[in-house]
Amino acid sequence: MIGHNTLIVLLGCVALGLAAGVVGCFALLRGRALLADAIGHAALPGVVAAALLTAALGGEARALGPLLLGGALSALLGLWALRILTASGRIRADAGIAVVLSAFYALGTVGLSVAQAIPGAAQAGLPHFILGQAATLTTNDALVAAALALGAVGAVLALFQPLRALCFDEAHAASLGLPVRRLDALLLALILLVTVAGLPAVGLILVVALLIVPAAAARLVTRRLPGMVALAGGLGALAGVAGALASQRLPELPTGAAVVLAGLVFFALALLLRRPA
Amino acid sequence: MSSFLQLDAPALLAATLAGGTCGLLGSFLVLRRESLLGDALSHAVLPGIVAGFALTGLRASLPMLLGALAAALLATVAIGLVRRLARLEAGAATGLVFTGFFALGLVGLEVTGARMADLDLDCVLFGQIETLVWLEATGWASLLDPAALAGLPRQLGLLAGVAAVAVLAVAAFWHPLRLVCFDRDYASALGLRVSWWEMGLNLLIAAAAVAAFEAVGTVLVVALLACPAVAMRLLTDTYRVQVWGAAGLGAVLGALGVLLAGPLPAALGLAFSVNAAGVIGSLAGLAVFLSLRFAPRRG
Amino acid sequence: MIPPLSLRGVSVRYGDRPALSDVSWDAVPGLTAILGPNGAGKSTLLRAALGLVPATGEVRFFGRPLADVRNRVAFLPQRASVDWDFPATALDVVGMARLPRLRRWWGGLPGPDRDAALSALDSVGMADFAGRQIGRLSGGQQQRVFLARALAQGADLFLMDEPLAAVDAVTERAILAVLHRLVDEGKTVLMVHHDLSLVSEHFTDVLLLAGRVVAAGPVREAFTEDSVARAFGGLPRMMVA
Repeated sequence: MIGHNTLIVLLGCVALGLAAGVVGCFALLRGRALLADAIGHAALPGVVAAALLTAALGGEARALGPLLLGGALSALLGLWALRILTASGRIRADAGIAVVLSAFYALGTVGLSVAQAIPGAAQAGLPHFILGQAATLTTNDALVAAALALGAVGAVLALFQPLRALCFDEAHAASLGLPVRRLDALLLALILLVTVAGLPAVGLILVVALLIVPAAAARLVTRRLPGMVALAGGLGALAGVAGALASQRLPELPTGAAVVLAGLVFFALALLLRRPA
Repeated sequence: MSSFLQLDAPALLAATLAGGTCGLLGSFLVLRRESLLGDALSHAVLPGIVAGFALTGLRASLPMLLGALAAALLATVAIGLVRRLARLEAGAATGLVFTGFFALGLVGLEVTGARMADLDLDCVLFGQIETLVWLEATGWASLLDPAALAGLPRQLGLLAGVAAVAVLAVAAFWHPLRLVCFDRDYASALGLRVSWWEMGLNLLIAAAAVAAFEAVGTVLVVALLACPAVAMRLLTDTYRVQVWGAAGLGAVLGALGVLLAGPLPAALGLAFSVNAAGVIGSLAGLAVFLSLRFAPRRG
Repeated sequence: MIPPLSLRGVSVRYGDRPALSDVSWDAVPGLTAILGPNGAGKSTLLRAALGLVPATGEVRFFGRPLADVRNRVAFLPQRASVDWDFPATALDVVGMARLPRLRRWWGGLPGPDRDAALSALDSVGMADFAGRQIGRLSGGQQQRVFLARALAQGADLFLMDEPLAAVDAVTERAILAVLHRLVDEGKTVLMVHHDLSLVSEHFTDVLLLAGRVVAAGPVREAFTEDSVARAFGGLPRMMVA
């Protein structure tokens, strides 16, 4: 029998997968999917710092809210660093992403080793942010993640037409008078939101797959954007379910791995069923 | 002094070799605008390492190296296939394939976990540079004592071997490597088999990733591949300085990171030490930002 | 005479889209303009001949497969196809042409190869810029460096992809002077080109493409109002012979 907490965690993973699939479509079409990789890694030092700070202030170091806030802030810092790096024109986006994700992750591991040396177990659960462990989420954690994810889905649905115009033809969208720069920033914010919300369940190394794989699979078998978005959301949700269930059954297996492999099964199926060009 | 040889020297040497090799090869990734391939290869070798380990039941260098090279080869082919079949841009195809390989490796670690107590997740995620010790060393004379040298950590042998191969390959193939990185089409028109050269480079990078993996872990291999090369891109316009400079910078960062993480605080009488791999990666990021800040202005 | 380049039934597809269909054509010594609208397959023709894109059909250089005569064939890719921020000097880039002649692949460029590269730079008026990083050259100067690299190969056939695209007047004159000298020496230059106004004045032959061969031959015969209209989809052109 599935317990109450398990059910909530399951629903949280469904919401996360749904949101990642939906937002991932736009990220993929805009060529921004790998930013989620940089964002996920860049969140680590913030998560660790938030845990240390909360513990120092006498709070509950495992509460998800402050950790995610810290992660989001340091991810923002990472994106800012990426922009500075690439603004010169000397460093391309690929090299910039590699620098940002690895340097921020390194800083995070230094922080983790410091946290481990501090009595009071402030570090408990922090390594789960790296590979994800859905089964250890509390009901509250799952609700926080689900709320963030569903907020992202709501934003996409509300701004579906302008986002579509942005991804399809930026110049045309600008000529229609759409605020292209602000839409672009919004899409980036949505990628950040979904990525950070997915960290505790899926982990920072593999969360990027949750944005890429369902969207890529859906693009293979659909012709139009609404269908692609709906299907990617559905596939993402299914991958989330697979991850949550695997995490229940095999607590040693990182949830991220189960989610990614489930997603890749869908991708392989989509390759077989893909529409003729 | 023997405690330096026993405890600090192996880690110092390992970090220097890992940083130097990755720094050297990283320039070619940056110049080919394929830095994310370094990200991909360093993650994709994991299932190969696990498989090499599981099949032979040995934590020996050769099976792990062979398994990792096979995985790197498969991953490169898979990225090309996914790009073509799914018509995905390079970044997305790379992300899709390397996360898949890494996930398989994680599952493999769990499935075969019982047999490999010391190839655990911490090694993958954070490296184990602190665990490299040379207990057989009794003094400087041990450097000439074959029996003591046999007790050197196995990882040092692999690192030194890959470093030597990388340096020789880069020096011996200087002209064709530069041409392939600068202008693929022209290189093909001259009769170079560009895809073979690129595959060779990728395999060399995968070998460096495996060798460095136990020292600094998967993600920090990416730091050593990307950061020194990017820092040199900001500092120089000369190809020779770019290539050898990034190697030197990587080696210095490795050594400095190990010293800052453990021996230096200890020498100062401080009671803490931090993750050495993390310090190396943080220093590498710092090096990029200092280069950005102080690079000569270009007109 | 054996044609420097001979194509028989050459076709190229990009995915499901045909880019070039059943091209049969023989090049002749002189300066040939390869003309056609965007997407006509002009660059694809050069790339297919050199084996850079998969193609069906038969390609012969001087009556032989490319692998036998690589030193007689020089390619000049589009300027935009490389990263000009690359850490290399103009001399480094031109020296790359000597790679097939090198007996060792390490160390500096041997003296004779260095001299050949320097003299190629000199012939395009770039001798003073040999040590300059390529990213600090103007677009026209970069194009002349590319031309010098092709010259440094010592080839008899030159395949050039838009060497006159977006260059300054000085560069255009310098490049055309070099091309005329090559033609005077009996070499063959095939050049993808987009500016119809230069054709009558400077070129000896044309190949008009629109996914297939529309017209080919000496400028006086093949570069007509009618053939240009057929290649460019019926737009009237006033610059023809």
